[in-house]
Amino acid sequence: MIITTTWYLLLAAILFSIGTTGLLVRRNPLIMFMCIELMLNAVNITFVSIGSHLNDLGGQLAVFFVLVVAAAEVVVGLALVVAIMRRRSRTNADDLKILGG
Amino acid sequence: METVVFLISAAVILSGALGVIFSKNPVHSALFMVQTLFGVAVLFILLEATFLAAIQVIVYAGAIVILFVFVITLLGVDRAEDLQVEPISGQRPLAVVLGASIFGIILTVLIAGVGGPTGVREANTSIGDANDNTRILGEALFSTKVFSVELTALLLTVAVVGAVVLSTRPTKPLISTLEEHQNDAVEDELEEKGGE
Repeated sequence: MIITTTWYLLLAAILFSIGTTGLLVRRNPLIMFMCIELMLNAVNITFVSIGSHLNDLGGQLAVFFVLVVAAAEVVVGLALVVAIMRRRSRTNADDLKILGG
Repeated sequence: METVVFLISAAVILSGALGVIFSKNPVHSALFMVQTLFGVAVLFILLEATFLAAIQVIVYAGAIVILFVFVITLLGVDRAEDLQVEPISGQRPLAVVLGASIFGIILTVLIAGVGGPTGVREANTSIGDANDNTRILGEALFSTKVFSVELTALLLTVAVVGAVVLSTRPTKPLISTLEEHQNDAVEDELEEKGGE
């Protein structure tokens, strides 16, 4: 059995689906962020494998920028979670409905 | 050899991902996420993207997961979530159906593209092998993609400023929650009565 690009894409698809399901199922904002990271990683696998398949450096460059954006997103998101949890003790995404005004 | 490495790292990645969404304790989820990220780093090495594999370990496993663990310890580690109760009825089956349908759509595309993905192979640029991957990536980043690098620098600056602004304790509440609003209303009433 030879591992082709399709295998990498299949693995990325499974990982992305697990991340989506977890994001929809879990109520803890921290774990929801982790699920977003899983989905980003699935996309990274896709970028690198396609880039390697087509002999194009663009895939790896895209992954580089995805990493930077993921870091920025986590920093701001966790700061938001901490700011909200200071006011409300429970860690649950349902409690954030007060943000609706 | 490549097959064995791929299969093992795929098992590591998927078991870690399942561990993230099934752990009750957020700390366990964070550790399972480290497992997944290391598996992805191994796949990057397998695809000869050695620089990205190093960055994956340093930035993701080293910085982002540590940030998660910091926040978990800051908020309290004993907040294990009760997975038995379902806050919104029918949410979990719907979530599983949606996840499975996304997987089905991608699978359909993969099956429809018999023989794997197609495209024009890049002839002029080379992605290099494992040894000069970092040099080629660096040359591309700081020559043709230098504007994007500057933009990410701006993005990171904005993120840092935003995080500092969000985490400073405001001297008076910026927003009032419902209970506080009611308390304020009661206080206002008392003040009015006192005034009379």
